[in-house]
Amino acid sequence: MTDPNGLIGPGRPAPDFALPATPDGRRTGVREHRGRPVVLAFYPADWSPVCGDQMALYQAAMPEFDHYGTALLGISVDSLWSHRAFAQDQGIEFPLLADFEPKGEVARAYGAYTRSGEAARALVVIDPDGTVAWAQLYPPEVNPGADGILDALERMRTSGEVRIG
Amino acid sequence: MTTPLQVTARLRTPVTGSDHVRGAADAPVTIVEYADFQCHYCGAAYPNLNELLRQREGTVRLVYRYFPIANVHPYAESAAEAAEAAGVRGRFWEMHDWLYEHQDQLDPVHLSLGVEQLGMPPDDIDAEVERHAHADRVRRDFVGGIRSGVNGTPTLFVNGARHDGGYALPELLAAVDAAADT
Repeated sequence: MTDPNGLIGPGRPAPDFALPATPDGRRTGVREHRGRPVVLAFYPADWSPVCGDQMALYQAAMPEFDHYGTALLGISVDSLWSHRAFAQDQGIEFPLLADFEPKGEVARAYGAYTRSGEAARALVVIDPDGTVAWAQLYPPEVNPGADGILDALERMRTSGEVRIG
Repeated sequence: MTTPLQVTARLRTPVTGSDHVRGAADAPVTIVEYADFQCHYCGAAYPNLNELLRQREGTVRLVYRYFPIANVHPYAESAAEAAEAAGVRGRFWEMHDWLYEHQDQLDPVHLSLGVEQLGMPPDDIDAEVERHAHADRVRRDFVGGIRSGVNGTPTLFVNGARHDGGYALPELLAAVDAAADT
């Protein structure tokens, strides 16, 4: 970790950013999704060589995220062009953001950047007010699945921060 | 401060009477498999799981749950729904085996031929798949899997704990033997 404090923790304001989301230059960040829960899925690289890839799995699980009105954003240091090809190949329809220039700036801001120059595998769930509600770091080779995210969203629903749609 | 790494995922949806189960009902070890009929890793695990059931007959039973990753595998959902259509006719495992033995023939035309080969009514089953008569059941399995920490296919739970090892026969035998001893 470049951030000595490690991954951002619950209760802290989520740093805003504006990363490219599409090759035509559209950018997105946390602030524009205010009022909905936001999930940031930091991951090391596009093209992980397994069938049950994390991002492909999240696409398949999208109806569950939608249930809570969630905005899901994948983030790696890959370029938009790699993201575009990867998304097409895996049928991914949610935004994959390019933390490409300055490289890893957003991953660093969240304490999710590694010495090898990639984003760590980390999940950050942000509440509708822009505060980190849950964050978890995973070994790079482990696909974290979606259960931790859904548990965090469910806790927000129980506490009344999020209504199900 | 670093966030602790993940704890092992556990199965949250218990085995019930509506599950598809192969092996002795009173076996001390239950494997719950979440899988996708079009996934080649699942296809590779299929003969090993069969051999495991043969070598540990009476010790282990297998529960199969649907986990189609449809954005990657375009025929996974229809294959799962066809298996469920066979299941309501008491023929789930025959269809399951046919699907894993014909993974490159899951398109609608070949799937229909397979159904016919198994002696089931292809037109009826095609119609059920077409109108997604069994989609809710498939989705229920999928959602239960997602909530339990299924992170790809296949994912196995051995007596409720996610098996994070491989799917080669020796690893499966070791996992079952360890679970049987505890």
